[in-house]
Amino acid sequence: MTTQTMPAPPNPHATLRPLPWRRMAWVAWRQHRLALAGVVAVFGAPAVYLLISGLPLHHAYAAVTACRPAGSATCRQVAQNFLNAHVHGVLVTAGLLQAIPALIGAFVGAPVLAREFETGTFRYAWTQGFGRTRWTIAKLAPLATAVTVAAAAFSVLFSWYYQPIIGAGGGDSSPLAPTIFDLRGVALPAWTLAAFAIGALAGILIRRVTPAMFATLAVWVGLAVLTGAYLRPHYEASLVTHNANAPADALVINQGLSRGGKPASLDMINQTLRPVGVEAITAEVFRAGPSTPAGFGDPMQYLTAHGYTQSTTYQPASRFWPFQWIEGSWLLALSLLLIATTVWRVRRRAT
Amino acid sequence: MNIIEARGLGKCYGGSWALRECTLAIPTGHVVALVGPNGAGKTTLLNLAVGLAAPTAGTVTVLGGQPAGSGAALDGIAFVAQDTPLYKNLSAADMLHMTRNLNRRFDDGYARARLDELGIPLKRTAGKLSGGQHTQLALTLALARRPQLLVLDEPMAMLDPLARHDFMAAVMTAVADHGVSVLLSSHVLAELERVADYLVLLSSGSVQMAGEVDDLLASHRVLTGSAADADRYAERLNVVHARRGEAQAHLLVRMNGATEPVPHGWEAHPVSLEELALAYLREPGAAALPGPARDRPQPSELTT
Repeated sequence: MTTQTMPAPPNPHATLRPLPWRRMAWVAWRQHRLALAGVVAVFGAPAVYLLISGLPLHHAYAAVTACRPAGSATCRQVAQNFLNAHVHGVLVTAGLLQAIPALIGAFVGAPVLAREFETGTFRYAWTQGFGRTRWTIAKLAPLATAVTVAAAAFSVLFSWYYQPIIGAGGGDSSPLAPTIFDLRGVALPAWTLAAFAIGALAGILIRRVTPAMFATLAVWVGLAVLTGAYLRPHYEASLVTHNANAPADALVINQGLSRGGKPASLDMINQTLRPVGVEAITAEVFRAGPSTPAGFGDPMQYLTAHGYTQSTTYQPASRFWPFQWIEGSWLLALSLLLIATTVWRVRRRAT
Repeated sequence: MNIIEARGLGKCYGGSWALRECTLAIPTGHVVALVGPNGAGKTTLLNLAVGLAAPTAGTVTVLGGQPAGSGAALDGIAFVAQDTPLYKNLSAADMLHMTRNLNRRFDDGYARARLDELGIPLKRTAGKLSGGQHTQLALTLALARRPQLLVLDEPMAMLDPLARHDFMAAVMTAVADHGVSVLLSSHVLAELERVADYLVLLSSGSVQMAGEVDDLLASHRVLTGSAADADRYAERLNVVHARRGEAQAHLLVRMNGATEPVPHGWEAHPVSLEELALAYLREPGAAALPGPARDRPQPSELTT
């Protein structure tokens, strides 16, 4: 051993001061600038589209807001015409935008670690002086922040884009409806962060880029669908109304007829309707028969007169923000848990 | 100080042991050849030593007692993995920059001068370098870290004979100039015979022979004599491997000392390193494991 390497026998308990984090900044930037460009593209292209189509939408909406006297039949018609013309296109756009978090998870989150395994470069990276645990954190944290911030900015833009639809009465769509709720407020950044975290964990568990991407898509879609269908409607106890018309902007969970406090079966309803020759196809859709008296009117009124009550279980639109915070919170907690698990796997991992 | 010290080290992958009961104490300042057939556990042992893998059993420390994979260990060990993985889309200059950022010490001037000398353009991406240049770049990055221990896993697999020579010359220069200890693996002993002064022979997951090359050569002899007497002598000697002809028998014997008398009527010849390694590899039961920092095993099994 020469003098250079052996000034004193190293103390096994001596701890070296870790290398400063900023050393990793250049590394993370140099390695992931393409991924960051991808993030800009994934959010930027739809953002440009939202701006281009949002301006005429707001222009058209100006006619609705300018209508006086507000609330008059004429103005309601103006609003309805506006919705008829635009709501379909807006909802299709919103449907397509659902893909954004999934794309971020698959194309940004999954390859971060999976590519290191696929190419074997983890054996270079993890044997440098920086240490693999901090190396992983220094890569995941800036990327997670970047995708979350980009998604937050995008959700502001989408809210602006969607504002005229809400202002004009919302059409048939509630702000709590699945494809709208998760593009606004804190839900979009939270879902995007969750997708990124799912991708990162899938990357280290699967260690191959393409399978990890598909796994990320599958898990994210599963989580989003289950949340929209089963979880979100139950963030708070739902409300029930027996009024025939539930608020138009509410998220309807369940609608049905009951008699004597018990849910009415289709058979019961059909028996009641037989004298007037009307057939109930579902509890809401009816078909008049040849024996139905002319000018029979609304079968629902007939049923109400025969002891039926209509009950609608729903979440009012006013719960939009509480629900946003609930969803944002648990998704944030889940994302942090997934990222912590990823870091732990890197730390623990044996080749 | 031991550059690597393993006690009862074992690594199990999905129920099968890639390495087991590995006990080693390699002193600092050597060029260590880790030799064994494919699948003998060489890469596993190296991964454990550099902290990429965690042991299933036993312990391994490096650089005089540092746990493998600890901060101090990472700091003092430069590892060039098999197939020399580098980021293909990064240029040589970027790889230099990255390695400098990720380590406490990095001799940028040395690295640039060496790449210049090798004719490796700084702007070319690692993916576009030839196999030889790629390996040289990986070695340059490792050497520029000024490690105490350089670990190379099958470093010459991708190189043609001329590039192998250049590669080993660079390693040996670092040994001479900076006193770096080197641990390099290969399944071809001939590659390392000229440079290594310490040999670790691995076979089916266990260490079969370990020691300084000079000691190993000095303690083994080939005895040639009458085949009729062979069995009689074999009982008294530590025979590693026996080769018998019609009339003559060749016994590769581990001597208990250089002065051990040769039986009457027999001739003793020195043994070459390759001959020695092959003899041990042919006899999985034989083992020669010196080392003061560990329990000396029973003298090698008598095998014929």
